[in-house]
Amino acid sequence: MKAPINRIIPFSNVDGPGNRMAIFFQSCPFECMYCHNPETIRMCIACGTCVQNCPVQALEKKDGQIVWDEKKCVQCDTCIKVCPHLSSPKIKWLSTNDLMEEIKKVRLFIRGITVSGGECTQHRDFLVELFSKVKQLGLTCLIDSNGSYDFSGDSELMEVCDGVMLDVKATNPLFHQNLTHTDNQLVMKNLKFLLESGKLEEVRTVILPTYPDQNEETVRTVSRIIQGKCRYKLLRYRPFGVRKEGLDFCGQIITSEFEAERLKSIAKDEGSDSVII
Amino acid sequence: MTKVHQIISDTTLTYHQMMLALARLAESEDSTSLPRTEEELKAMEDGILCDLNEGLVPYRPRYIIPDYMKFLKEGSAFLDLKAPQDLWEACNNLLILYRHVPSITSFPVYLGNLDDLLEPFVLQLDEKEAKKCLGLFLTNIDRTLTDSFVHADLGPKETVTGRLVLELTEEMQLAVPNLTLKYDPEVTSDEFAKLCLKCMLKTAKPSFADHKTFVSEWGEDYAIASCYNGLTVGGGGFTLPRMRMYETALKSSSIDDFLDNVLPHYVKLMCGFMDKRVRFIVEESNFFKSNFLVTEGLLELEKFTGMYGMVGLAECCNYLLGIKDPNKGYGHNEEADALGVRIMDRLSQLVSEHVAPYCDAFDHHYRLHAQVGIDSDGRENSPGARIPVGSEPDLASHILHSTKFHKYFPTGIGDIFKFEETWLNTPEALLDIIKGALSQGMRYFSGYLENNDVVRVTGYLVKKSELAKLDAKQQSLNNCSIFGVGARDTANALDRRVEAYEGAD
Repeated sequence: MKAPINRIIPFSNVDGPGNRMAIFFQSCPFECMYCHNPETIRMCIACGTCVQNCPVQALEKKDGQIVWDEKKCVQCDTCIKVCPHLSSPKIKWLSTNDLMEEIKKVRLFIRGITVSGGECTQHRDFLVELFSKVKQLGLTCLIDSNGSYDFSGDSELMEVCDGVMLDVKATNPLFHQNLTHTDNQLVMKNLKFLLESGKLEEVRTVILPTYPDQNEETVRTVSRIIQGKCRYKLLRYRPFGVRKEGLDFCGQIITSEFEAERLKSIAKDEGSDSVII
Repeated sequence: MTKVHQIISDTTLTYHQMMLALARLAESEDSTSLPRTEEELKAMEDGILCDLNEGLVPYRPRYIIPDYMKFLKEGSAFLDLKAPQDLWEACNNLLILYRHVPSITSFPVYLGNLDDLLEPFVLQLDEKEAKKCLGLFLTNIDRTLTDSFVHADLGPKETVTGRLVLELTEEMQLAVPNLTLKYDPEVTSDEFAKLCLKCMLKTAKPSFADHKTFVSEWGEDYAIASCYNGLTVGGGGFTLPRMRMYETALKSSSIDDFLDNVLPHYVKLMCGFMDKRVRFIVEESNFFKSNFLVTEGLLELEKFTGMYGMVGLAECCNYLLGIKDPNKGYGHNEEADALGVRIMDRLSQLVSEHVAPYCDAFDHHYRLHAQVGIDSDGRENSPGARIPVGSEPDLASHILHSTKFHKYFPTGIGDIFKFEETWLNTPEALLDIIKGALSQGMRYFSGYLENNDVVRVTGYLVKKSELAKLDAKQQSLNNCSIFGVGARDTANALDRRVEAYEGAD
């Protein structure tokens, strides 16, 4: 079994407790306006735009697929910038054994792995196989998810997963729809299910510079539900890497510290401490 | 203008810096007391052998590691000081002694394991008074021992003294003294290690030394001095010349020629050069005959060794393999790394085969040192066995690379990592990395945040604000600021890779 991997960060201090290897899977059912890695959203359709634009000829089209020559690549990211399809030609199809090789190299430096994306739960079977192997090394396995997968219906995955870090992008259904092009019913169901089953490692909400009412509604609702029983991170929106459509929707500025502090105190009023990032 | 005239009219030199410059000049006038052979001079001219500005006539060992514990227990007849009874007396006695401890820089390169030395006295006082006293002690050190090679140690056990020194270091943002935590995860608590890490990120110190490794090589009574030099308490390092590996490689026709002929030839030459200097320090200079540090037993001749320095392993390997781009060579390339290991195996073997004069406690052998480079090295020789600045791979690969090379250097090697602000919020993540690194063979880990004023250049610390003073042709109190300017401008030493936040959404 193989899965499309966009990126591996061997040491990450921002993807769960301690030092962890973060593995980013390709493709996501959401299309968040503020996504700052929009190239992780879709699978490549081999349109070839990137091939023509690569300044060092590190890409070519072969048998209907884009082939990336990692040795020639100078990591200028031109291919990502010109991709009309929110994708990347620099995806590697890896097996769980391939990943285990990478994990074993750094196992003594990390507490565990965090799978992210894109949306890693798109590759659920792969995760079950990977986690089962990783746990034999004594490492923990966390999932970073947008909540689009029904965790309550997958006891096998929950068995080998140590916790989920859940994005709650908006609690207002309509705003969630506008922001991500999908509805949030499942996200809210997951929030409650994971909290009750003791698998909610952390909740994250990106707070925006241009929608104070939506910020407030989301932070208030989430805080009321979690009641300080898990970490709650408020991530200030940053425009870097956001595509044009997203900039038009979310704005060109970083969410102010003032707004972050306001929301932090709202979370506190509703019974949850939070951390501003 | 004469050289003397030049020195005394340089407005960027403080009075003390001027005196030291004049002393160095005087020493460089005497080429007859310890003459250099034609071959040595040629090797120096070719840039292979470097005396690291030790001068022509050594009149003290390069690094001196007095037994401060003995001094605090017994006092000193020469200094007319009795054993101290409280923290104020202990700090005062130490400050007096520090002024009488020479070294290559004329400042002490080692101030002692401060927590072991002061903890009994600190515990006599309430914490507020103890902190005040330690604060004055550290301020005095920073303003009078104005040289970043001044180094103090902490740990491995957590102490009140250690905690207070960390608090004060953070509050006062001092460049002096450099600090090391002797770290042993089985002895040092995670809480204390995390305090050290926060302090390290904010002030570029302490660095983390692998206690178990140093104890296995030097015994319990070891010191980390100057940049990161392992040495024995009550002893020190006689001399530290350097072999510049890149220039050495230029003399060879192939890898085999380098390993079989060129390297042995120059190792023999450099060891002979060291032997002469060691004999001169012991037999001709007055140091081991009449200095009170020796006569009162704070130092013992037997506990000194010579340090065999080297720089430029990266460039040496890349040259021998015909690799032009540092981003594709040593540190990025298995073949280049494997050659690095082969060269180090060979160099260790050659140095260990040499029977050195004195060095009794070390079976009459010199010990290898990965020298951190000097400002005039430019980009041709990276410090010790380091990957060239600006070509560092990601943190994980970088550390895994270091773990292969640290074992060769008992008298010191270290790597420096520059971190982005988020790491300050996650000391436990950084501690995971350090624990892993040390358990895998790394012996010395340094780090700092990219936006600090106090930053680590190659092993020593400087304040960026002090470099700015020199840039503006003003005086800087710290002797090392001038090296910092040189390293920054000629070796890009402050441009090392930043461990940044790379998370995706």
